[in-house]
Amino acid sequence: MSQEVIHEATPQRASLLYDPRVRGIVFQVVLVALLALGIWWIVDNTIENLRRSHIATGFGFLKGRAGFDIANTLIDYSSDNSYGRALVVGILNTAIVAITGIVTATIIGFLVGIGRLSNNWLIRKLATVYIEIFRNIPPLLVILFWYQGVLALLPNVRDSIGLPFGSFLNNRGFYFPRMVWSDGAWLVAAGLAAGIALSWYVARRAKARQMATGQQFPVFLTSLALIVGMPLLGFALAGFPLTFEFPQKGTFNLTGGVNVKPEFLSLYLALSFYTAAFIAEIVRAGIVGVPKGQTEAFSALGLRSGQGLRLVVIPQAMRIIIPPLTSQYLNLTKNSSLAVAIGYPDLYAIGGTILNQTGQAIEVVVIFMVVYLGISILTSLFMNWFNTKMALKER
Amino acid sequence: MKHIAIGILGAAALGFAASAASADTLSDVKAKGFVQCGVNTGLAGFSAPNDKGEWTGIDVDFCRAVAAAVFGDGTKVKFTGLSAKDRFTALQSGEVDILSRNTTWTINRDTALGLNFAGVTYYDGQGFMINSKKLPGVNSALQLSGAAICVQSGTTTELNLADYFKANKMEYNPVVFEKFEEANAAYDAGRCDAYTTDQSGLYAVRLQMASPNDHVVLPEIISKEPLGPSVRQGDDKWFDIVKWTYYALLDAEEAGVTQANVDEMKNSDNPDIKRLLGTEAETKIGTDLGVSNDWVVNIVKATGNYGEIFERNVGSGSPLKIARGINALWTKGGLQYGMPIR
Repeated sequence: MSQEVIHEATPQRASLLYDPRVRGIVFQVVLVALLALGIWWIVDNTIENLRRSHIATGFGFLKGRAGFDIANTLIDYSSDNSYGRALVVGILNTAIVAITGIVTATIIGFLVGIGRLSNNWLIRKLATVYIEIFRNIPPLLVILFWYQGVLALLPNVRDSIGLPFGSFLNNRGFYFPRMVWSDGAWLVAAGLAAGIALSWYVARRAKARQMATGQQFPVFLTSLALIVGMPLLGFALAGFPLTFEFPQKGTFNLTGGVNVKPEFLSLYLALSFYTAAFIAEIVRAGIVGVPKGQTEAFSALGLRSGQGLRLVVIPQAMRIIIPPLTSQYLNLTKNSSLAVAIGYPDLYAIGGTILNQTGQAIEVVVIFMVVYLGISILTSLFMNWFNTKMALKER
Repeated sequence: MKHIAIGILGAAALGFAASAASADTLSDVKAKGFVQCGVNTGLAGFSAPNDKGEWTGIDVDFCRAVAAAVFGDGTKVKFTGLSAKDRFTALQSGEVDILSRNTTWTINRDTALGLNFAGVTYYDGQGFMINSKKLPGVNSALQLSGAAICVQSGTTTELNLADYFKANKMEYNPVVFEKFEEANAAYDAGRCDAYTTDQSGLYAVRLQMASPNDHVVLPEIISKEPLGPSVRQGDDKWFDIVKWTYYALLDAEEAGVTQANVDEMKNSDNPDIKRLLGTEAETKIGTDLGVSNDWVVNIVKATGNYGEIFERNVGSGSPLKIARGINALWTKGGLQYGMPIR
């Protein structure tokens, strides 16, 4: 109704031209039309130019035989598989380095971040030096540092450094024995599952009891005993169904066992150390961002400083930490495409090879964008969910 | 406002369509005044900067020959260093006019990638190199089962490697790098037991190693690698110029026309040589091709004939000392055969 009143108040002729609502709609329609026209123009032009240059188009090439081998594969892959499967190998390689990197970077980042606030002069300075070094070097240099500066200097296969438990370190990577399970191994897995379920139950009961009576129960130690003890029990019941396949010296390389290649190691270490420096600063900012009154309050309640940090300060700091932490996780994932410099077969490297074999640049780049966007959106969704969970609940 | 915006956009669209899909490379090249040539970033003998910072090599000289044919001046060429992975996109998108980057001629590249190969400037084959100090007793590629092998990504080499080991039922560990230099460094650092690329490349890489004498090239040749310059499909005029530049280099060698004697040869009475050098009366050979009639004279003055280019860059006049072998002229038992210029 109020709209009509305004219309009546203004002269009829000028209303359309000067009506902010109509103008708004017109400009939005024009903008959308221009955008649509622009996109159509780009797509149409591309298709036309590809056709004129006699370059094949479409995603049919994904079914073709790849013909090249890949060193690090998490799933079965040979040169007889399709380009599509090769891409999946690349996506998984990107995912594994991103996930392990995120976990390690978070652990190092929290330790260093808390270390920067330590009362101990040496720890504080060491943390500062660490952050300043890694934060101010481009990630590619950090990767090359680990690859050419550290791992390439390890001895060659014949002079491998022997480590405990039959593992070896040389310039071909890190070798450790492979666990070979025989019959009855399911009892161990069942034991582990039972241990985790029981721990969860104990933790719930202990919390309920503490709420009701105020008595505490050593939940951590009990859980540890359950989670370690139950699988061991299963292991013993099944008659120790485990043997180890040790790395042996072959003609060229060590054979048998599990080989973590230097390409993965250097990328993983570099991304972890590089991103950890940023996470450390975020953690420090989060902790400093909790008002000093909170520290004084938990001291007044009689909590020790470790307890207070864990129960009072960190939960509040997390609310400040999580949003910027998400962008660091996304950065780490995207930086993993620098793997191409050291020959780690991630999505970008394998996609690049496929691009070169098939010449279908546009399709491969579209796949790159969709996959990186997908991984990033998944990470964001998870972190948003985590953030909502940790956010201050107004009661 | 709206109409103007759409008008501008429409004009831009037409302009873009016209420039990106231009089918007349010769006019474009003449307009900008130089030939843009895609080469390897550093492969001794084929294309690498020398100690004075000038590009040298067979692939580089071929581009100079094309520039000499078009402009009468072998220096009117600019080089773009390309990785194996970027090379085809660079040619397809028009970033370079010729791709002369030790590229193997295959049917897939000729058809699906939209390229046209103008000829084979070097008949090569893939081989292996090992460090004989670290691996004494290995003298055949068939002994390489279980080895880690350094290779450049996106090459036919990578595919041949997979096929060869599969055919011989051997295992191997590919260590794949995007750049030639990275693969070299990794092999030299001992990351791989063997290095594989075209044999000519192996001889070049060997010289770049910390101690070249420790490295030996194994005798097996596991593939055919005809290396040659390529251009975009759909531009026959430009394709003809590049193709006939290649034949002119071969025909000049066959006729005995060299950088040193080309001016003398212009006075020759031999009709073959007169046709080749454009000294025949009323000749139209050069102008029909779209260049000047003394195009072969310009080419030979700029780079010498094929034999001279070969010897200077990879043969006896170079540190590589590669024998002519199958790259000799057909008259001397090789495969190089220039189509008749008449």
